[in-house]
Amino acid sequence: MSLTEIAFYFLSFLAIFSALAVILSKNPVYSVLYLIVTFFSIAGHYFLMNAQFLAAVHIIVYAGAIMVLFLYVIMMLNLNEEQEEKTKNWVKIAAVVSACSIMLILVSLISKSTYNMGKAPMAGDAGLVQNLGKVLYKDYLLPFELASVLFLAAMVGAVYLSKKETSKS
Amino acid sequence: MDQIIIYKIILCAIVFVVTLGAAAYMTWGERKLASWLQDRVGPDRAGPFGLLQPIADGLKMLFKEEMIPTHSNKWLFILGPSFFMLTACMTGAVIPWGAGFTIDGTFFPMQIADINIGLLYMLGVVSIGVYGIMIGGWSSNNKFALLGALRASSQMISYEVAMGLALIALVMLTGTLNLGEIVAQQDADYAYIVYQPLGFLIFLICAFAETNRAPFDLPESESELVGGFHTEYSSMKLGFFLFAEYINMFISSAVMASLYFGGYNFPFQHELGLEGNLLSAIQTAVFLGKILIFIFVFMWVRWTLPRFRYDQLMNLGWKVLLPLAIFNIFITGLVMYFTGKL
Repeated sequence: MSLTEIAFYFLSFLAIFSALAVILSKNPVYSVLYLIVTFFSIAGHYFLMNAQFLAAVHIIVYAGAIMVLFLYVIMMLNLNEEQEEKTKNWVKIAAVVSACSIMLILVSLISKSTYNMGKAPMAGDAGLVQNLGKVLYKDYLLPFELASVLFLAAMVGAVYLSKKETSKS
Repeated sequence: MDQIIIYKIILCAIVFVVTLGAAAYMTWGERKLASWLQDRVGPDRAGPFGLLQPIADGLKMLFKEEMIPTHSNKWLFILGPSFFMLTACMTGAVIPWGAGFTIDGTFFPMQIADINIGLLYMLGVVSIGVYGIMIGGWSSNNKFALLGALRASSQMISYEVAMGLALIALVMLTGTLNLGEIVAQQDADYAYIVYQPLGFLIFLICAFAETNRAPFDLPESESELVGGFHTEYSSMKLGFFLFAEYINMFISSAVMASLYFGGYNFPFQHELGLEGNLLSAIQTAVFLGKILIFIFVFMWVRWTLPRFRYDQLMNLGWKVLLPLAIFNIFITGLVMYFTGKL
């Protein structure tokens, strides 16, 4: 096994293990910490595919900003195991049924697809910053700008909502 | 190829030891500087000029009793300071400490990892640095520690935004995210402080906030929060938290020196008539000198300015620095367009 293959299997194991730990651990703070580990292993996968920019941004945005806010809120609320919300039985059944059907679709898709794992890791320079920038700002300029306008609108909306809360109280 | 790998491992060890040693003597320097500014003697018992004080402090930390509070989370309690220390040491990998040496025709660069996305790597490490404080503060199961951790996380997230935007203006000029190339460009051209004075100022203020140094040391403000996020910590785990702050200072001084002040380059370096390894050694010494100047500024500010109030801190971050950083990007773009650099 080459070094990249070992890295691939290690990262995959880590990603699946920590993703399972996210849903299996009782303490919400543990879940968030395991989710951060998951993000890191996925960023490692991006590095293996030579998508450096995606990997770095994945860590900066997801692990560095979004998950910090998640952890922030959970620590503020200080949720404990005893305070775990009781869910109704029919909600649990519905969740199991929908998850199983998604699983079925995924399995049928993966079994039909012809993907070659590990054929060319660390190859291709499409993920380098310069190439990605050229593609985003030349070929996909309009969708890119539209997405940023959407983000701006979401930001303004969030600010508006928080302002409304404070003026009421 | 193997030679290079062995060399890189040795370089890693050297950078690690130098960082730790510098951080240790920064604690001594800080106390000496404080005593100088306050017109007193400062530590002078251990060795000449108190020079053995850091060693005495380190030994004291190591031999103190380990305390883990009863309702705390043991694993996370240990993980907190360890992670904080790890992230503090990680940025040193992308900083070019010198131009590199040539021995027997083989070139040995003075940079551990010359990666294309050096700046992004740096921002990523800075952004995950907050977890050490958050995990440590939460797992102590103490109100003051939790409050300190929450303050630290919101402060670091807020100032990261302005820091990233200040760097974007710099990246527009350099056209690269590679720290080695950014430093090399400042050899041919002026240091980037000439083109980015506002960007540097924003970056400097954000660096103070990211390292939790005064006047932004609210996470551990002793008059309100006992000790902030490290209230419950004792012995070497406390030592790690305190020590990592000095490592962060050292590394951010190195980053500022290399991004805005030419890194290892110094004026008229090619007119000296020196070549190769000798010039390279002088350059590394000059770089360390620049780092020392920034460390002095860090300490000077700490013993000069009083602490901010929390709302003042947030206002400064979001309402002053963020618009200024965006304005800086706009001006940089405009100037680049009219001077035909774009």
